[in-house]
Amino acid sequence: MEKYILKYFDAIRTIIAILIGIFISILVIYIISKSPGGSLRYFLLGPVLSKSRLGNVFETATPILFGGLAVSIPFQAAQFNIGQEGEIYLGAALGTAFALVFHMPAFLYAAMVLFFAGLIGAGWGYIPGILKAKWKVDELVSSLMLNYVAYFFGLYVINYHFRDKKAGFLVSYQLPKAAWLKQFIPGTRIHIGVILALVFAILVYYFLYHTKLGYEIRMVGFNRHFARYGGINVFKVIVLSQVIGGFIAGVGGMVEVMGIHHRFNWQMSPGYGWDGIVVAIIGHNHPILIIFAALFLAYLRVGGQVLNLMSDVPSEMVTVIESIIILLITAEAFLSQWKYRITVREAARKEELNESAS
Amino acid sequence: MDTILSIRNIVKVYPNGVVANKGISFDIEKNTIHALVGENGAGKTTLMKILFGIETPQEGEIIYKGKKVHFKSPLDAIKNGIGMVHQHLMLAPDLTVAENLTLGIEPRKWKIFLDTDKMNEIAKRVSKEFGLEVPFDKRVKDLPIGVRQRVEILKALLRNVELLILDEPTAVLTPQESDMLFKTLKDLKKHGKTIIFISHKLKEVKQIADRVTVIRDGKVIATKDASELTEHQIAELMVGREIKSERIAPSPKVGEPLLEVENLDYINEENIPVLKSVSFKVRSGEILGVAGVEGNGQTELVEILTGLRRLTSGKVIINGKDMAGKTPREIRENGVSHIPEDRMKNGVAEAATIKENLIVDRYYKKPFSKGILLDWKYITNYGKKLIKDFNVLATSPDALVSSLSGGNIQKVVVARELSSNPSVIVADQPIRGIDVGSEELVHRLLKEARDKGSAVFLVSADLDEVLELSTRIIVLYNGEIVARFDDVGGLTGKDLGPYMLGVKREE
Ligand SMILES: Nc1ncnc2c1ncn2[C@@H]1O[C@H](COP(=O)(O)OP(=O)(O)OP(=O)(O)O)[C@@H](O)[C@H]1O
Ligand SMILES: [Mg+2]
Repeated sequence: MEKYILKYFDAIRTIIAILIGIFISILVIYIISKSPGGSLRYFLLGPVLSKSRLGNVFETATPILFGGLAVSIPFQAAQFNIGQEGEIYLGAALGTAFALVFHMPAFLYAAMVLFFAGLIGAGWGYIPGILKAKWKVDELVSSLMLNYVAYFFGLYVINYHFRDKKAGFLVSYQLPKAAWLKQFIPGTRIHIGVILALVFAILVYYFLYHTKLGYEIRMVGFNRHFARYGGINVFKVIVLSQVIGGFIAGVGGMVEVMGIHHRFNWQMSPGYGWDGIVVAIIGHNHPILIIFAALFLAYLRVGGQVLNLMSDVPSEMVTVIESIIILLITAEAFLSQWKYRITVREAARKEELNESAS
Repeated sequence: MDTILSIRNIVKVYPNGVVANKGISFDIEKNTIHALVGENGAGKTTLMKILFGIETPQEGEIIYKGKKVHFKSPLDAIKNGIGMVHQHLMLAPDLTVAENLTLGIEPRKWKIFLDTDKMNEIAKRVSKEFGLEVPFDKRVKDLPIGVRQRVEILKALLRNVELLILDEPTAVLTPQESDMLFKTLKDLKKHGKTIIFISHKLKEVKQIADRVTVIRDGKVIATKDASELTEHQIAELMVGREIKSERIAPSPKVGEPLLEVENLDYINEENIPVLKSVSFKVRSGEILGVAGVEGNGQTELVEILTGLRRLTSGKVIINGKDMAGKTPREIRENGVSHIPEDRMKNGVAEAATIKENLIVDRYYKKPFSKGILLDWKYITNYGKKLIKDFNVLATSPDALVSSLSGGNIQKVVVARELSSNPSVIVADQPIRGIDVGSEELVHRLLKEARDKGSAVFLVSADLDEVLELSTRIIVLYNGEIVARFDDVGGLTGKDLGPYMLGVKREE
């Protein structure tokens, strides 16, 4: 038994953190709500009670997953580029512009638009990358600053050049149907982009753990001096990790436009880059774990929305509960003592076996 | 005699399940130098970390000055008069030497501002008092490892300890510095201090230890007076079998020069000339040893040869091609391998697995990868093989390097660098921190490489090593080659000493 606990320790720890988080949420809801039983049900089970809400979970998870994958690659190279928010935003804004200007045959259209959005994100990742590699400019600061530039520039392009004046809001023209990512499950808005996100996660996993460039990225992240000594081109890796991360972010932003809204409607930056950082941390920068982290965060979000709509718990409290759960999960040291005691007992038992055998 | 420290039945299990100490008990008498010896991975560092409050044992007790103690942190231990110099140095890299030395006891002006002048003064004073020279205003990260070691030793001495733990302090010191250190240790002993001393150099153990405890595989094999044991007996107790040393005859065929350095100059960032028109050749089938006190340009020379540093002028010809200013990849591709001086900085990525560390110079080649994909199955088996061939004590190729003992980390580096079929081997302190048994293995492998036609460029602070292995020797002093010995037969350390210290030079 204890052997299995050790093997799956990280998973078990996460589950326990979630349970404790839920327990705290229960307490909070009991204190705040007049009908706590019902509220709790909305929060915990809301997302699975109807098909459309379950769909919401997957739709919400998709841009977060793209964000998390985009973060994981530079983070694995120990490049703390946090420009994903800007890459997503600008990828979506310029991608929309591109789609509105160039019309193409249907089979090419979506792919070309996504690729273009990716290139925009990649270019946006290149700037802090090259600044760091060439002049040692701290990428944390430069990428953070670039987020503002991306936001205002994207906003300018859409509002001044592609704004649909007939719509009642500040939004772009609608994309031609051929550029939509099809929603294929009736009663939900689950679209091709959801599948695409999963494919990307698997590709990123293979990329990081099974390709030569992935290996280089991870070694540079572990110890830059070692990588250089071993012959790895550290300069190239620093730049490429941010470019590839940027590409994924750009695609992610455009997927959201093409799959859900079919036009650019973000007057505020949507925050998927920041969510991406959260799920990348929860998932230890591992693409497969990030899938689950994104689904989990999306589940919390949707549960929160249901709670907010259906009960008397205010949306601020929903955010508090969400944050408590995330805090618990990200706390590394949580339960490590427990793991340690089990390890010791296991080792002692093995020693005994050895002794009696010899 | 009084017992200052009693170690009773200590058991330590690491989180990964390795049992590093399996019931260790022995006593340390006050006012003695007590040596702790054992093979790589025997559990020496672990035990010392327990004494110093870094690791907690699962069982057993420690009785210090008659009282049962349980240190929760190094701070606790320091408060009780225990000091430790770690095997892998633990200084703050961004602080200056003086700041590091006075960390936690820094002098202040009006209790708030750091008093830098006073700090430097203290640093200067202790450095003089203990005969260990350090540049007190430089940042630690810019210093070579030997100098950092001196800083660490001074830092411990400065804190007025009663019990001083030294985990392989001499591994990165020159013999002269070691001698100075030993004098200091004997002085300390005279003043009533107690010292625990870990080393793989048994000569040193015989030289200064009063008592010796040998541990093997986490258990105490013997605790005896040092005078009762010979070096050979200690070695045999350590490994648990007879050791026979075999001499390998010098290689008969010396061939073409594979590494040629011509008029190499190097001026560093501070505009100081570090290497001055250095020229030498290393031919196929020979080992060229570099003797010299550390800090006379060896580190820079090695880094230039391997592409980690750019020379100012001159030629570096390897296998007939000028490699000056080329990248480490290009140089390695041209048949060079490099055992680096500082294994923790350059030699490994601690947080990566052993197998990932073993392929850093070859992952992109067949059969380690095909196309853009790595072949992990092949790499795992390859890792298993190297672990076995090079005697690395590890649970599997998937174990993290950070879970290995110091000497075993060194073996991982050596395994990688000697398994790439290099034509030129640049070996900087190849046996640093490696136990007697494995030392022989590494030396044998270097000689075998030589006999297969490699050219070996050997830098070592250990004169005995240079004398034993080298076909020819050059002496580096203040960035210049001050002597060349083409015939090493009958040569001793005494012959080299005056050149190394700059009192004598060849015309
Ligand atoms: N942090 C760690 N996690 C897991 N295992 C460890 C850790 N540190 C050491 N070990 C294991 O404990 C054993 C003893 O290691 P230790 O460092 O005490 O050896 P040592 O006697 O100091 O060897 P060396 O002469 O090479 O320095 C080794 O098998 C090592 O792999
Ligand atoms: Mg050790």
